[in-house]
Amino acid sequence: MAAGVAAGIAEHLGVPVVRVRVAFMVLLGLSGLGLLLYAAFWAVVPLRPGDTAAPPRRDVGQLLPFVAIGLGVLLIQVMVFDSVGAAGTAGWLVAIIAVGAGVIWHQSAPERRRQWGESMPVPWLGAVIEESDRRAFVLRFVGGGVLVAVGIIGVAAVYSPAQNLDAVVNGVIFALVGLAGVGVVAAPVLWRTWNQLRSEREGRIREQERAELAAMVHDQVLHTLALIQRNASDVKTVQRLARGQERSLRNWLYKPTASPAERFAAALEQGAAEVEDTFAITVEAVVVGDRETDERVAALVAAAREALVNAARHAGVQTVSLYAEVEPDQVSVFVRDRGTGFDPDTVEDHRHGVRGSIVGRMRRHGGRAEIRSRPGEGTEVRLILPIPRDSATAERDK
Amino acid sequence: MAEQSMPPVEPAGTGPERLRVFLVDDHAMFRAGVRAELGAHVEVVGEASTVAEAVNRIAATAPDVVLLDVHMPDGGGRAVLEAMRRSHPQVRFLALSVSDSAEDVIGLIRAGARGYVTKTISPDELAAAVRRVADGDAVFSPRLAGFVLDAFAARPDAPVADPELDQLTNREREVLRLLARGYAYKEIARELYISIKTVETHVSNVLRKLQMSNRYELSRWAADRRLV
Repeated sequence: MAAGVAAGIAEHLGVPVVRVRVAFMVLLGLSGLGLLLYAAFWAVVPLRPGDTAAPPRRDVGQLLPFVAIGLGVLLIQVMVFDSVGAAGTAGWLVAIIAVGAGVIWHQSAPERRRQWGESMPVPWLGAVIEESDRRAFVLRFVGGGVLVAVGIIGVAAVYSPAQNLDAVVNGVIFALVGLAGVGVVAAPVLWRTWNQLRSEREGRIREQERAELAAMVHDQVLHTLALIQRNASDVKTVQRLARGQERSLRNWLYKPTASPAERFAAALEQGAAEVEDTFAITVEAVVVGDRETDERVAALVAAAREALVNAARHAGVQTVSLYAEVEPDQVSVFVRDRGTGFDPDTVEDHRHGVRGSIVGRMRRHGGRAEIRSRPGEGTEVRLILPIPRDSATAERDK
Repeated sequence: MAEQSMPPVEPAGTGPERLRVFLVDDHAMFRAGVRAELGAHVEVVGEASTVAEAVNRIAATAPDVVLLDVHMPDGGGRAVLEAMRRSHPQVRFLALSVSDSAEDVIGLIRAGARGYVTKTISPDELAAAVRRVADGDAVFSPRLAGFVLDAFAARPDAPVADPELDQLTNREREVLRLLARGYAYKEIARELYISIKTVETHVSNVLRKLQMSNRYELSRWAADRRLV
């Protein structure tokens, strides 16, 4: 069948699917009853009836809602085909009651039904609140309740001595007034419980965040502080530890994380962090813009890292500036220190650091490197990597 | 972050032009430290630990420069700036914070601070920054220049020109770029063949534009683009 209703019912009740299907077919013969029932069940059977965790076992109690709904539908069908006078009205009402009760009954999960049985007055609320899809639940619940109440009042009216339409209308109005009264009484309690629940959930979320923060502080900050206490006399070590800790805390607080393997800015910052940790200096990194890495960009990052290492080794300063900018047609990196500086013309040919790792590497990948330095005025290494037009547009089209 | 872009200044004289500085910070230890370190250079005329206290005492003492903490429990530096700016336009504010996130930096500058430095700054550099701000100049860290460049950078995927937003001129962007590269004002002047005063004018214009573009939430924009 179309909507998997038969399978759903079968799973729900723990009986073979075939039997359900046969039952539907047989009922179909009774002036289309099967079709009506099918539609009704389609409307009320939950989407995933059998919880996989709970072993399906036969529970006669679970049949009750279906029987009630079925009874209601059956009666409605009878009414449609031959409704006769007051008895017909009564039949209608009974049908309405049956459907309403069935819907209410069905909406409660088996365990909850058991809870209801254990302690009657309060768990109703509990059941209301525990329902995950609360609004839909309340809607159905109230709808079912209205159906039942209308039905009961109607029955009373039909069989009361007055036996006229006025009585029925009055009865219905009374029922509605009664329901409204119950609503007014119950609403504040419901509302309060709801609020309580919400604040509890918020509290839980906050607690979770706190726990995460506490774990982070414990794993990193406390350990770093312990290390600092032990190495208190070693200024270099203390500075290195404190700097690393500051960086990781800052990243944790302010920065969205990106993979250094994929993004240029992340790769550059990781390189700068490594140099900071290795040489116990501060790298002031400012990166404007970002892009994906490729082989050439990776080479640029490597050259920049080498320039940082040189500055850390030879400049004799505590702070090195790193500035990188990503533009549509080029990526540039500047590494600047205010250290001792040197005369680039006097660098001997056998010194490979600058020539191979920076200038040569940039040239191999289609970029260029410039080194500006004068004794006493520090050094700036400029690395420029042009991005070919087509690659730039490809990047843009992404 | 050290403020490299400022040339070291000789300790301010002890004469009548000694700068009057006010400290706003909710950490008493930090105030004591700053007072001890700055005492040789300037005259600390008062301290406050809350926004309300700061507003009252600044109005009473009329200092030249207020060193302003960004994050305080009851509203922070921004609340102080907003309360004071109209009534006391002659008081200059220098933000001093542990945070160097773009939102804090640009938020404070837009509220009217003349500069922004982080608490890792050395005492000498802090004194130089205070002196600069008192003279009417801006104090820009390389990182702040980077944020501004980032926010104004013409990206392929961003609207290239927004008529609502005061665009930075090419020259201003060039100055910012050099600042971000760690150049001092003096070095920028030499690099671009302009005078130091012109560099300062450009930087002041950038600050002014940050404040003027109030129709455009620059900081939020930057955050949305994950520039923070």
